Amino acid sequence: MNFDFSDDQKLLRDQARKFLQDKCDRKSVRNILEDNQKNYDADLWSQISELGWTGTAIPEEYGGLGLGMLELCVIAEELGRALAPTPFSSSIYIFAEFLKSYGTDEQKKKYLSHIASGKKIGTFALSETNGKPKPNNIKTQHASDKLNGSKNPVSDGESADYIIVAANSDSNSNYNSLSLFIIDRNDPGVNIANLDTIDPTRPACTVDLKNVACERLGDEGSGWEMIDNIFNRAAVLFSFEQVGGAQVSLDEAKKYSLERFAFGKQIGAFQALKHKMADMYVKIELARSNAYYGAWALSTDSNELPIAAAGARVSASEAYNYASQENIQIHGGVGFTWEYDCHLFYRRSKLLSLNIGGIRQWKENLISNLEKRNIV
Amino acid sequence: MDFNDTPQEAEFRKKVRSFLEANAEKRSTLATKPKGDSGSSISSAGAPETVKGDYAAKVALDNAKEWQRKKADAGFAAILWPKEFGGYGGTPIEQVIYAQEEHDYFVHSGYFEIGIGMLGPTMMAWGKDEDKKRFLPKMITGEEIWCQLFSEPSAGSDLAGIRMKAEKNGDEWVLNGQKVWTSGAHFADYGMIVARSDPTALKHKGLTYFYVDMKTPGIEAKPIKQISGSANFNEVFFNDVRIPDSQRIGAEGDGWKVSLTTLMNERLAVGDPPGLDFDQIFEASKEIEVEDGLAVKNSEVRQKMADWYIQSRGLQYTKYRSMTALSKGQTPGPELSISKLVTASKMQDVSSYALDLMDMSGMVHQDQNPILKNLFQNGYFFSAAMRIAGGTDEVLRNIIAERVLGLPQDERSDKKLPFNELPSGKN
Repeated sequence: MNFDFSDDQKLLRDQARKFLQDKCDRKSVRNILEDNQKNYDADLWSQISELGWTGTAIPEEYGGLGLGMLELCVIAEELGRALAPTPFSSSIYIFAEFLKSYGTDEQKKKYLSHIASGKKIGTFALSETNGKPKPNNIKTQHASDKLNGSKNPVSDGESADYIIVAANSDSNSNYNSLSLFIIDRNDPGVNIANLDTIDPTRPACTVDLKNVACERLGDEGSGWEMIDNIFNRAAVLFSFEQVGGAQVSLDEAKKYSLERFAFGKQIGAFQALKHKMADMYVKIELARSNAYYGAWALSTDSNELPIAAAGARVSASEAYNYASQENIQIHGGVGFTWEYDCHLFYRRSKLLSLNIGGIRQWKENLISNLEKRNIV
Repeated sequence: MDFNDTPQEAEFRKKVRSFLEANAEKRSTLATKPKGDSGSSISSAGAPETVKGDYAAKVALDNAKEWQRKKADAGFAAILWPKEFGGYGGTPIEQVIYAQEEHDYFVHSGYFEIGIGMLGPTMMAWGKDEDKKRFLPKMITGEEIWCQLFSEPSAGSDLAGIRMKAEKNGDEWVLNGQKVWTSGAHFADYGMIVARSDPTALKHKGLTYFYVDMKTPGIEAKPIKQISGSANFNEVFFNDVRIPDSQRIGAEGDGWKVSLTTLMNERLAVGDPPGLDFDQIFEASKEIEVEDGLAVKNSEVRQKMADWYIQSRGLQYTKYRSMTALSKGQTPGPELSISKLVTASKMQDVSSYALDLMDMSGMVHQDQNPILKNLFQNGYFFSAAMRIAGGTDEVLRNIIAERVLGLPQDERSDKKLPFNELPSGKN
């Protein structure tokens, strides 16, 4: 039994944590939060790219470091702890994973080295309307090698150089008619407009497409299957980010409860708060363990991945939502001020639990995959 | 990251497997449908029942003793004990591996766990050599069964608040008072007991630890019938019970220190949790009809089940993390402290929700009930006890808050006053 990260991976974690403490403090997170002109921290992005983080799990032949997914999980946890305001998840967990899994050799050569170096940023455009993306609400069309439609919201779309777009190649939209296409955001038919989000350090936008040139990614009609797979892979990585953020929420709640006195003692000495923090700890440990299992499934290409990913996703989303909510509660009045940092975690936790589908959807994925496994 | 044994662990597992295969009956894969009488997979978590009738209880005890003898002969009865006392001289990870493997077989080791897991190690640490030689080997073989006489009616979560009187009279001690929640007192041969030898001392200073022969005149055990209808525990009355001073373990006034040795040796909770879990309600949901068809197809049911799944597997993977530490020869982190807290509430939620799904038939609690043979009815009662036994939810949250998170201890009024001056609410 070796259900833990290796010493090298732990060393990587320590280095990443130290680096981010130095280069991504709360002030730099707030710079992005409060500056409407900035979508991400460009300095931080170029520094973590130079360190090779963006290329961690991209094969060497395509310009990456060729390390494994476990190393990427370690980095994800640290990015989550630091609330790093970068497009890392869109470009690395999602765009790069799509290319690694479904790109032709030519496409990998063309895109992955730029993504690995951090010189270019990629993202994915799926949703078009309120509610869960499904065949009947994806209207973007692919015809005569051009894309037409409108995507909303698209995470990190304003920062992106390349966008993978989900579109129907058939006017009769169904589960076998969706395909994926790569576009260049500089195409004159692409029109991008910023959207405010619940966490402005993680921006989103609308992407309108008018006769936009595109190249196909993966097999025609297999869009939903590819999305399921890549979202499963991303879910594990996101779960590490979420566990990281949840842990800091608990740490900061604890710290405050030891500094703040009321009724003649530290508020952390009251059982009502002690028990609340114990519950935060329990949820975070369960989430961490579920995330570890996801990491194992991801790194070994196990056919358990859909179940492991959904378990990690649900557990980590719930733990972070709970920890960030109760962190505000433990802080009392100052907890809901702009000045205190509690809201940074409260914003980030909710955004992260929505960006590749909400908790409700992932619970449904979990049970339906368990049903499928039982039948097999 | 992998789930494989090290070569040494694999070797040990192989030995355990071949012993079990040759000597015990394997459980069917449908562990959710216990063989024989009502809900044995649930009640197996506690000590054996007595309300089943004297004859059945005796047969069960004889069977367990026979099994324990075989285990002892093979060396597996006390894996962590040193060889000189008949143990295996093994490591914590070997203990875990044995427990994992034995879990798949119909055997009952519950009668001996308190002795081997907690009381034996206490005697090893604090007892006299002649006592170790006399008692420990028979504890391992199951020839003599031991019980733990700690809790009292006014000392539950607050264990150091015990009132059992121990008065010295020449070379003897006279014990008077009442113990409660004692598993197996009615069939145990010996017990370890902590009593108040000096009520004028501070609460934790006036205690002394002894062992007693349960056949000593003046000791009477009465089963406590629980809401489940079964009786896993006893109250034990001590009426002028005279024992020689040679049965004292540790110095006079050191009873609390000795008790801590007992409590710290609580069996590593790395075996599978008992009974009722996600898997059972998932199976049941495929048989139960709700308003729009099978429960398993109902969206609300699926959402709930997902919550229990992540709790259940989250605990399982947490155990893997602890096993990893053990396997590397390290001490596991505090992760395991969450296990019972999560398991007990989950079982109560699962069973209560399953009864609701069963609708009117959920009322029925007898063997004819076609759905999983009373599993959820039994779990409904058992889980209420589980949230209290072995540390209440509230005590466990305090332990996590104080020992894991380092938050301040509760303010206490019982640390500075002599025991007999503490407010008690009864006189």
